[in-house]
Amino acid sequence: MRWLKEFVTLDEMPMRAFTEAITMSGSKVEGWEKEGSEIENVVVGQVLKLERHPDSDHLWICQIDVGAGEPLQIVTGAQNLQQNDFVPVALHNSMLPGGKKIKKGKLRGVESNGMLCSLGELGLTQHDFPNAIEDGIFVLGDDCDHTLGKPICEAIGFDDTKVEFEITSNRPDCFSVIGLAREAAATFDKELHLHTPVVKGGHGDCTPLLDVKIEEPDLCYIYSAKVVKNVRVKPSPRWMRERLRAMGVRPINNIVDITNYVMLEYGQPMHAFDLRYVDDATIRVRRAKAGETITTLDGVDRKLTEKQLVIADAHKPIAIAGVMGGEYSGIMDDTTTIVFESACFNGSSVRTTARDQGMRTDASARYEKGLDPNNCLPALERACELVEMLDAGDVMDGVIVDDHSSKERHRIHLDVDWINRFLDTNLSADEMKATLTKLDCQFDGDDILVPTFRPDLEHKADIAEEIVRFYGYNKVPGTSLNGGAQGKYTPRQKFLSKISDTMFALGASEIMTYSFISPKYYDKIRMPADSPLRKSIVISNPLGEDTSIMRTVALPSMLEVLSRNYNNRNEAAYLFELASEYIPTTEDKLPVEKATLVVGMYGNNADFFTVKGMAEQLLEKLSVTDYDIAASSEEYSYHPGRCAVLTIGGQRLGVIGEIHPEVAENYGIDERVYCFTLDVDMLFANAKTDKTYTPLPKFPAVTRDLALLCDDAIPVLDLEKAIVRGAGNLLEKIKLFDVYKGAQIEAGKKSVAFNIVLRSSDSTLTDEQTNRVMKKVMEELEKVGAVLRS
Amino acid sequence: MKQKLEEIRANAARELAEASDSQALESLRVKYLGKKGEVTSILKQMGKLSPEERPVIGELANKVRAFIEDDLTKRAAELKAQATQKRLEEERLDVTLPGKHRELGVKHPLSIVLDEIKEIFVGMGFDIVEGPEVEYDYYNFEALNIPKDHPARDTQDTFYINENILLRTQTSPVQVRVMEKQKPPIRIISPGRVYRSDAVDATHSPLFHQIEGLVVDKGITFADLKGTLETFVKRLYGEDSVVRFRPHHFPFTEPSAEVDVQCFNCHGEGCRLCKGEGWIEILGCGMVHPKVLSNCGIDPEVYSGFALGMGLERVVMRRYNIDDLRLFYENDVRFLKQFG
Repeated sequence: MRWLKEFVTLDEMPMRAFTEAITMSGSKVEGWEKEGSEIENVVVGQVLKLERHPDSDHLWICQIDVGAGEPLQIVTGAQNLQQNDFVPVALHNSMLPGGKKIKKGKLRGVESNGMLCSLGELGLTQHDFPNAIEDGIFVLGDDCDHTLGKPICEAIGFDDTKVEFEITSNRPDCFSVIGLAREAAATFDKELHLHTPVVKGGHGDCTPLLDVKIEEPDLCYIYSAKVVKNVRVKPSPRWMRERLRAMGVRPINNIVDITNYVMLEYGQPMHAFDLRYVDDATIRVRRAKAGETITTLDGVDRKLTEKQLVIADAHKPIAIAGVMGGEYSGIMDDTTTIVFESACFNGSSVRTTARDQGMRTDASARYEKGLDPNNCLPALERACELVEMLDAGDVMDGVIVDDHSSKERHRIHLDVDWINRFLDTNLSADEMKATLTKLDCQFDGDDILVPTFRPDLEHKADIAEEIVRFYGYNKVPGTSLNGGAQGKYTPRQKFLSKISDTMFALGASEIMTYSFISPKYYDKIRMPADSPLRKSIVISNPLGEDTSIMRTVALPSMLEVLSRNYNNRNEAAYLFELASEYIPTTEDKLPVEKATLVVGMYGNNADFFTVKGMAEQLLEKLSVTDYDIAASSEEYSYHPGRCAVLTIGGQRLGVIGEIHPEVAENYGIDERVYCFTLDVDMLFANAKTDKTYTPLPKFPAVTRDLALLCDDAIPVLDLEKAIVRGAGNLLEKIKLFDVYKGAQIEAGKKSVAFNIVLRSSDSTLTDEQTNRVMKKVMEELEKVGAVLRS
Repeated sequence: MKQKLEEIRANAARELAEASDSQALESLRVKYLGKKGEVTSILKQMGKLSPEERPVIGELANKVRAFIEDDLTKRAAELKAQATQKRLEEERLDVTLPGKHRELGVKHPLSIVLDEIKEIFVGMGFDIVEGPEVEYDYYNFEALNIPKDHPARDTQDTFYINENILLRTQTSPVQVRVMEKQKPPIRIISPGRVYRSDAVDATHSPLFHQIEGLVVDKGITFADLKGTLETFVKRLYGEDSVVRFRPHHFPFTEPSAEVDVQCFNCHGEGCRLCKGEGWIEILGCGMVHPKVLSNCGIDPEVYSGFALGMGLERVVMRRYNIDDLRLFYENDVRFLKQFG
């Protein structure tokens, strides 16, 4: 916040008010925190006297002046203290980071009224205070306030407020303190104080020292550099270290810190390198050559490709453009002359390179969103200004630059009426201009000249957003849509609801499963190796094999869920899913996403006829009647003797059956599992939607029972069909009431008993009529091999 | 004979009073009134009587008969009442024993809330359309103003099938498909599955559901967007919910907003549920970007519109206080049965 406040004067306001307001103007605050807020009751003290502890060879008894009352006696085990040192003193009842409480006590019999703290105990490191040591008491240097009794966080500058913003990808300009300061100034209607860097120079012209040329102006818009000689590498001053730390950047030395500082302040990545390692004093911004390699600062050897842009000297790449420098280009102890580089690269190019090299850096993260080429030179000047300010070296005059960037501001007509209509606001041109001016827009008549750091402003809709976010999204009224549109569900959507509702009534619960599976799942359901269904849509970058292909059948997903329920010791599970199956077409075309109803169950004494009954009742409810059913031993996932295939007009509608015991075993289910699947769109196409009333019968029905004897192999359905054929239109209902094999029945035969209801719609059936019909029925039955059981 | 009749009457009255069930009553009826019954046989003997006696005895016999019949009826009614009473007493049940349950299936919690959301939008005049999950890069990104190498692609880690085909990362491609096919006015929502390569944990899933919304017509304003979504949020979360629109960025809308609803728990004070913010983000929206309209062949100078997108899982998790996203896709029946 201190850094931000350097550029915009914000009245004292509670942090909550600040974060709320700036969030509502578009810079969302994710969180904020005051540094050192965990530290309580720790103050600056001075060591008045040091004595050895009488009963210890390493403890010291210190008398500490904390600016109030009698000196405090504190025992410490540290060996780095000297008389008159200024130190952090955790008083009695103080609090340190991590919730550590300090109370007075005795150490080997000697009273100790608190604790002297190390850097670590305050939550700091040597990077924050390079002159202090890690394993000893933090002795405050000259860059700290030595006022006795002063709260330690204030005295050492560990009391800034850190705010974390969510920056959207269209606003790379806000990846900088200045960018956020501009937003804050516009939000709170305050002046933005920008600073123009001033460099004294006077150490000779640097332009002859380096020959720079951009060979790929589409990928690098500007490359600028300045040279600093007689570099004096040392720690940065406390104010700079403090600001870097607050931004989560570790202070290293003045040169590195300056590059980071400028990057954070201006949003412009900077690079500093040793002039000695630039062969022939030549810089070329070019694509890498095939086979070229570079060892980057992180010590990794990297192969480069011809797509990747590099900064090269006469012979070799010295940096991967916009991503990371090479190891020899860094700052060494004996570095005397450095080059500060400030350049702007094509965002996509940096993004691709960083991705392909597998290293995203602070610099690449900024570049890839598209930076403003016109920010390069001010940032370079700022770096040199800081060099002089920190006495880090002698800045030479002149700028080495190859510039292919456009300085032109994009023009957008300010269409006040359109914007007011679009937003439903009533703002004047002046009000709009005032807002835009705060965002650094200029005007040429009614044309807006957009600053080059805002490439996201292209269209009047973008301008409308700028205006409304500072006007206040929530000041715009809410209105209802005009026109009486009729919302409705399509017949297919209603049909799907009907399927679900019927399944609920039949006792099955809805599940939702992943659409991607492992290719191994096809083995688990015994799909033959040459099955065309094995050809699936393959995900090129899956999370893992388990989710690597799009299922062509949804059955494995159901079995997976049944298996999970079984393993979780649920006694029974009756489930269904309206699942998609993804059937590939051609390589460059989308697959067919086929809707399938998958039903699966185990437990509660389920058997084949439970699942078949569910399927039949569903079909009945959906008014799908004209289907055929036949036994099938060809369904690889099902029990060959307990499986039926449903067809309509010869086309496969679905399968009902008991899951093959091997499949159940593959899923670890030690019980019989029953499933059926139905093609939803075939159901939809074959559902009879128009229903007409049939008058209730006026004449009585005649009932006859038939006990038949036939070969065991003859399906009952054949007998039923024979009865239907024989009875003709007088048949009202057939009900199977017994199938019997065993005693009194010849081996290989079975007895089948039906109850047949006949009725005529226009008269009472006479015995004679009935007998005639039953005779025909018997004739048909005999044709299929059934006789009356005597 | 007269005396005989009086005797019969007395006997019948006594025996009837003693009869304890309908069978006994029936045998008494036969005994007295049956074809060979005592009263009947008296009547049969009438022929032997003198003409003077005949009417007297006849009348008496008929009286006795009527008397017995009447007694029979009364006694039958009494016995029936007694039997009923007895049966009712015997049939007393412990009505606190549990009822017999027919197994009912339940809707998946995601479907429950999704159906509710659909109802709200259908009520506001929206149709429901679906789009493919395996989608062209063009519809998922390019037509939505997200060209190749656009930084926004970073935030949506995409599963690719090949260079041009992917698993959609959002339901927004349906916007483009609808606009290509249908001329305004357009008012649709499109719920469905979307995919992002996030490893599975309590709050991430590589597959989740979104609901897309799109309105395009002449004169659609930012205020219409606000009004429509305010109505939606109030229908979903209750009339007293407080909604705010916060500027955000989506490549395919401009201006863009995220919609927050004030935390139901702390009413904006900030608590653990809303991570101290006082607000809970529920959806993203914005005015359809003019480039997107042009890409679909709709003239942005004539038409405008708004779009919205929301994640379903988070809404459902908050509704039922579910703390682990994985439960939705594990489908343990003990989980599913809690919501139906």
